[in-house]
Amino acid sequence: MSEKKEILRIDHIKKAFGDNQVLKDISLTVSHGEVVAIIGPSGSGKSTLLRCATLLETMDSGTLAYGDLVVAQDDASGKAVYGDKQVLKEARMRFGLVFQQFNLFPHYTVLKNIMDAPLLVQKRDEKEVEQEARELLEKMGLSDKADMVPCDLSGGQQQRVAIARALAMNPEILFFDEPTSALDPELTKEVLRVIRQLAEEHMTMVIVTHEMRFARDVADHIIFMDGGVIVEEGPAQQLIDNPQHARTKAFLAQDE
Amino acid sequence: MFSFLDGIIIGSGVHAMPLSTILSTMFGGLGMAGLIFIVALAGSLPLGVLVALCRMSKNRVLSFLAKIYISFLRGTPLILQLMFIYFAPYYIFGLKLSLTWRMGACFIGFILNYAAYFAEIYRAGIQSIPLGQYEAASVLGYSRSQTFTKIVFPQVIKRIAPAMGNEVITLIKDTSLAFVLSIAEMFTMAETLAAAMVSMVPYVLAAALYWFFTLLVEFALGKFEKKLSYYHD
Ligand SMILES: Nc1ncnc2c1ncn2[C@@H]1O[C@H](COP(=O)(O)OP(=O)(O)O)[C@@H](O)[C@H]1O
Ligand SMILES: [Mg+2]
Repeated sequence: MSEKKEILRIDHIKKAFGDNQVLKDISLTVSHGEVVAIIGPSGSGKSTLLRCATLLETMDSGTLAYGDLVVAQDDASGKAVYGDKQVLKEARMRFGLVFQQFNLFPHYTVLKNIMDAPLLVQKRDEKEVEQEARELLEKMGLSDKADMVPCDLSGGQQQRVAIARALAMNPEILFFDEPTSALDPELTKEVLRVIRQLAEEHMTMVIVTHEMRFARDVADHIIFMDGGVIVEEGPAQQLIDNPQHARTKAFLAQDE
Repeated sequence: MFSFLDGIIIGSGVHAMPLSTILSTMFGGLGMAGLIFIVALAGSLPLGVLVALCRMSKNRVLSFLAKIYISFLRGTPLILQLMFIYFAPYYIFGLKLSLTWRMGACFIGFILNYAAYFAEIYRAGIQSIPLGQYEAASVLGYSRSQTFTKIVFPQVIKRIAPAMGNEVITLIKDTSLAFVLSIAEMFTMAETLAAAMVSMVPYVLAAALYWFFTLLVEFALGKFEKKLSYYHD
């Protein structure tokens, strides 16, 4: 098989909040169809990493590229310089992000939540967008919820709408930041099932999660972060079943 | 308009007045109060958004100016502001004050004053919208203005509707302050009639009409809030 297309490249990124060095030289590449899971204790910088990748935070130094589109790279002094508005806009069309708290638009119906950005931002044809949105809802098992508003849905249903909303933009890569942490175990299942299905369809994904079994089964590659560094990474099953580093072992043991 | 009531006379002797005259005078005043109300809202509702955005701007100068604006307009009596705006062209520029300017000054005064109050309500509403809404919009590629007009502002309106309703109802009664510019709104008319008739009837009538006006507005506000109740957050 030929070398797979590189979708995301993060190189030596660093990020501090004041004196708090949250990301200390993190590198990671994700290729087409790959599923990467990021695990690690709370406060280790997982969200910050995703937020840097999705342009919700600006990193202090390092390179961020989506395929051939370089979003930011270091200048001579080693400080990250971001591309112009157009570059950022183009980058945003390449990724999607699913939040822990869903962040659906409460004043829009489920269908409008999904259709709004493709219409407003991508200026696509309304008929086509609606058809695609309804197909996505069906895939999420929510066909009958199209005209409801988010507050009438369960958390698990809201999160599936959020996934559909992200997919409607046809991103090349989808990020998840603890997509089930706000959900009951029962609702967690239905969301994980959807993500699992996306993995089977070879959607490129980066998933921050506390669900170790899920990470092991669904991800190709797992990254264990602690204290702003990647402590250990490797093939999913190997990392979960046979961790090498003491910190990884301790973290996984505590999850048992 | 009220000629069918021509036969009915209120009061006696030199102070007597036909009911039809009283009513048409009072309703004329009500119409003027309504005009001030509508123009004041039409101007101050959008201006308030602008002032709120300036107040929250990262630009320190803009933010400071907006803060001063709000503080001054809320910190001085509207009645004084109306006088000041009306007489300023004369005292400052030596211009002649026209009748049209009387109305113009009245409108400007109300708009500027209410925009200051509205701005603070908008600001509180805008700041109450969770950051996650902005972040979701950003990731989906909404521009800043799209995020504000499509995502944030519609939610703000729902949240501030009760507080805005209060101000709007206050505005109905504040229209009476236009009397200082001798504008023929309802309070001015009631006072004129009361003096001519030596009677309290015009005042009672004015109170009833202000209340009626308020009931109408309360009804409309209720409808509006109901319309926004299709979701909660
Ligand atoms: N906006 C912020 N301002 C200041 N500190 C922050 C901010 N966001 C995150 N942090 C800090 O960065 C560290 C890592 O946070 P985070 O990336 O959320 O970790 P994780 O997602 O792994 O739990 C924490 O110490 C947190 O307090
Ligand atoms: Mg986190």
